[in-house]
Amino acid sequence: MMEIGLTHYLILSTVLFSIGLLGVMRRKNLLMLFFATEILLNAVNVGFAAISHYYNDLTGQMFAFFIIAIAASEVAVGLGLLIVWYKRHGNINLDEMSSMRG
Amino acid sequence: MELYLYIALFSPLVGALFAGVFGASPKTLLTGVVNSSLLFASFVSSAVLLGYVLDGHTVHVEMMEWMATGNLYIPFGFVVDQVSVTMMMVVTTVSTIVHIYSIGYMDHDKGFNRFFSYLSAFVFSMMVLVMSDNFAGLFIGWEGVGLCSWLLIGFWYHKEIATWAANEAFIMNRIADLGMLIGIFLVYWNTGTLQYDEAFKVMPTLDTNTLIYIGIFLFVGAMGKSAQFPLHTWLADAMEGPTPVSALIHAATMVTAGVYLVVRANPLYDTIPEMGLFIASLGAFVAMFAASMALVNRDMKRIIAYSTLSQLGYMFVAAGLGAYWVALFHLMAHAFFKALLFLGAGNVMHAMSDELDPFKMGGLRKQMKGTFILMTLASVALAGIFPLAGFFSKDAILEVGFVTNHYVIYSVLLITAGLTAFYSFRLIALIFHGEERYKLFGFHPHEAYKFMLIAMSPLAVLAVIAGSFKTTYFDMVTQILPKTEYHIHSEIVEWVMILGTQIFVMLAIFYAYKKYVNFKGEDKEFEKRLCYKILINQYYIPYMYEEFISKPYRELSTIFWKKVDLKVVDATVDCIANGIYKAGENTREMQDGNLSSMLRWMVVGTVLLLSLAVAFGMAVRYADEISAVLSGLGA
Amino acid sequence: MFEAIAFYLFAILTAVMFYITVTTKQALFALTALAAGMIFISAFFFILGADFLGVVQIIVYTGAVMALYAFGMMFFDTTRELKEKNGSSLITAGLSILSAVFVVLIFVAPIVSTKVQVTAAAIEGATNSQSVGMVLFTKYLVPFELAAVMLLVAMIAGIVLAGKKMDRSLTLMGEEEIMLAEEARRKVLL
Repeated sequence: MMEIGLTHYLILSTVLFSIGLLGVMRRKNLLMLFFATEILLNAVNVGFAAISHYYNDLTGQMFAFFIIAIAASEVAVGLGLLIVWYKRHGNINLDEMSSMRG
Repeated sequence: MELYLYIALFSPLVGALFAGVFGASPKTLLTGVVNSSLLFASFVSSAVLLGYVLDGHTVHVEMMEWMATGNLYIPFGFVVDQVSVTMMMVVTTVSTIVHIYSIGYMDHDKGFNRFFSYLSAFVFSMMVLVMSDNFAGLFIGWEGVGLCSWLLIGFWYHKEIATWAANEAFIMNRIADLGMLIGIFLVYWNTGTLQYDEAFKVMPTLDTNTLIYIGIFLFVGAMGKSAQFPLHTWLADAMEGPTPVSALIHAATMVTAGVYLVVRANPLYDTIPEMGLFIASLGAFVAMFAASMALVNRDMKRIIAYSTLSQLGYMFVAAGLGAYWVALFHLMAHAFFKALLFLGAGNVMHAMSDELDPFKMGGLRKQMKGTFILMTLASVALAGIFPLAGFFSKDAILEVGFVTNHYVIYSVLLITAGLTAFYSFRLIALIFHGEERYKLFGFHPHEAYKFMLIAMSPLAVLAVIAGSFKTTYFDMVTQILPKTEYHIHSEIVEWVMILGTQIFVMLAIFYAYKKYVNFKGEDKEFEKRLCYKILINQYYIPYMYEEFISKPYRELSTIFWKKVDLKVVDATVDCIANGIYKAGENTREMQDGNLSSMLRWMVVGTVLLLSLAVAFGMAVRYADEISAVLSGLGA
Repeated sequence: MFEAIAFYLFAILTAVMFYITVTTKQALFALTALAAGMIFISAFFFILGADFLGVVQIIVYTGAVMALYAFGMMFFDTTRELKEKNGSSLITAGLSILSAVFVVLIFVAPIVSTKVQVTAAAIEGATNSQSVGMVLFTKYLVPFELAAVMLLVAMIAGIVLAGKKMDRSLTLMGEEEIMLAEEARRKVLL
């Protein structure tokens, strides 16, 4: 219990990931949805860093770096798109985006 | 020589395609002329080939490979030997004449071009049939002539009876073709090849039962095409087609394909004389059976059709008794005078505005002198009067029956010869002699175009002189057919037989003349007799087919339709369709266009896929244990 | 001992922060909680000896990303209470937990079962930043450059999307509107 191993970190990663997924499913505000995806990415990052540490292999950290880079790009593009949407429709509510309705 | 072979084979096809291009357009004389000249080219090539074959050569070409898989090798191979060249001559001669004749006969028909297209296509199929060097090619030609026959019988498709007759002919032939196909399969299974020469080389080594089965099934095919009992009803009904078609297909060429098949397969039938005897007996029976139906019939074309049937019976007698060359010779002679007879009948029909009842004619010889002479010649030849073609060929068949000691068959054939003479001259007397009854019905007969009569004249010449070819022909054909000469040992018996037959036939002719030359009207007393009723109703055979085969089959079909098809097959299909439809109906709510719920479904899908991955991972890891458990369950 | 206390402390803190982020109705709360969670996450990186990663986490996430979100929030005027209709939260929670468990199962199973081969070992006697630099500029040079290009592209995309004239959509406009806009543009050009 006191000795912290890889399993502890993986369980933590799982818990954070579930919280993120909960957010993805619950949130209707697009900005909040973005927050939830950030949580998902961070949860995975924790797992990578832990594995990297316990196996003494830097590959895990490398992947964590690239994930951070991707997250940053996602925020830039996503926010740009959100702004465009908001200018046109005046809201960023998921329930109002129904042009895909068949 | 190969060039001539290809010209003979393919010029009818070119004609068919050419006329087919104009098929839907109104009449153009061009198609008639072009097709007739192409047929003439085919005829000339055949004649050249005949000369070549007479010198003792044969031509065998393999145009291209058709099927080559494993041990099966079937080429598009064509052979011109003594047998096939005979058939080629018959086919091209008659069809050239019929083509030229049709230009006049179909003059006023809307389907002029279509007719020539079908007719030439028929000739092509017939050439494939007779020239193929293997059973597969024969079968293609066989089906091709069947198809063209169907097209031509039903040529006037707006007449319901014509389409009905076409379908009847086609379906009956299909039944027979199944037998033929089984025969061909048996040949392939037992000999490993479909080439005639190779297959017949192997056949003597097979056991008799197999050979008998092959013989029976091939003969079933021949029975269908040659309209032998009990598949004979279609031929008389096929007379609904245009008369040139009847002359070409249903007298001279296609219906003799069955005889050709038996002649072609002579090495097979030589090894199974029991089968041969059966063929001969059936032939003799059909000869008499058909002749009896012709006695009372009141339809000109049907009478001639029954006569064809009867003559086909003669041919099968000769072929069945092993006298293949005699069968082929009678086939040739018969083709000439029967085609002539049909074309003459066509002239009469034209003159009488398509009236077929000879009771309504009479005295036509004044108006139609040419036709009268030609038809009389043909009838004399058919009756077998010396020195016309029929005498030589038919007399040879009678001799065969006598020499091989089959006296029953001989006497049946002799009586039939009398019947033949009777019904032929009954027809001649009713049409051309006596009072001019047609005036009562308001007909205005006129002679056919002159070129039609001229076109017919070569047939007349052949019908007269064909007998003189007998020796040449015998020398040629017996190079590949069994060389059996039939000579009655004592000369006196022979003379008595020939003279007796001639006198018997003459008497029949005179009786027919006496009875019908001064025909006054229908004989009501005679028509009440039982034998008349049986004969006019064709022994009630069509009626029985209708009652005992068609109707039960129809009822069975209805039952299967209502019980099996609707309740089992359709229900299954509907069930699947409804299931999918309902699944779609119920799941369409998933597609509500809301992005949030789509996200939720995405997660559901991910969970499903992940659980599958876990399950498979588990299965792979514990594969050994799982298989142990499963085999434990099985044991 | 110290490590265990730190782990549990930060684990609880992170989970609580993130939970607040996904449940709160105040957008400002969510933003703050998220930023806090990010910083707590970096603590794990420091515990695990990935110093450089921890620094990057703080700089990029808490610095850049959070600042962007803050700007976005001002733009969208989401400071007032959020109105969201939520479906059955039981199903959502169940689904998310299930999928997380599966993910872990799949990724952990091979690690537990087979020996993992070390492909990029930390260099003996070098600090974390040094060894990260060595690996990043040798083995992962190409992905690193690609990531740089991607960031550049994303930046340009962000600028273009948020720029002027993007508030009109040709696909949503009628034929006449497009013609009018086209004419207006031509007049300006002349």
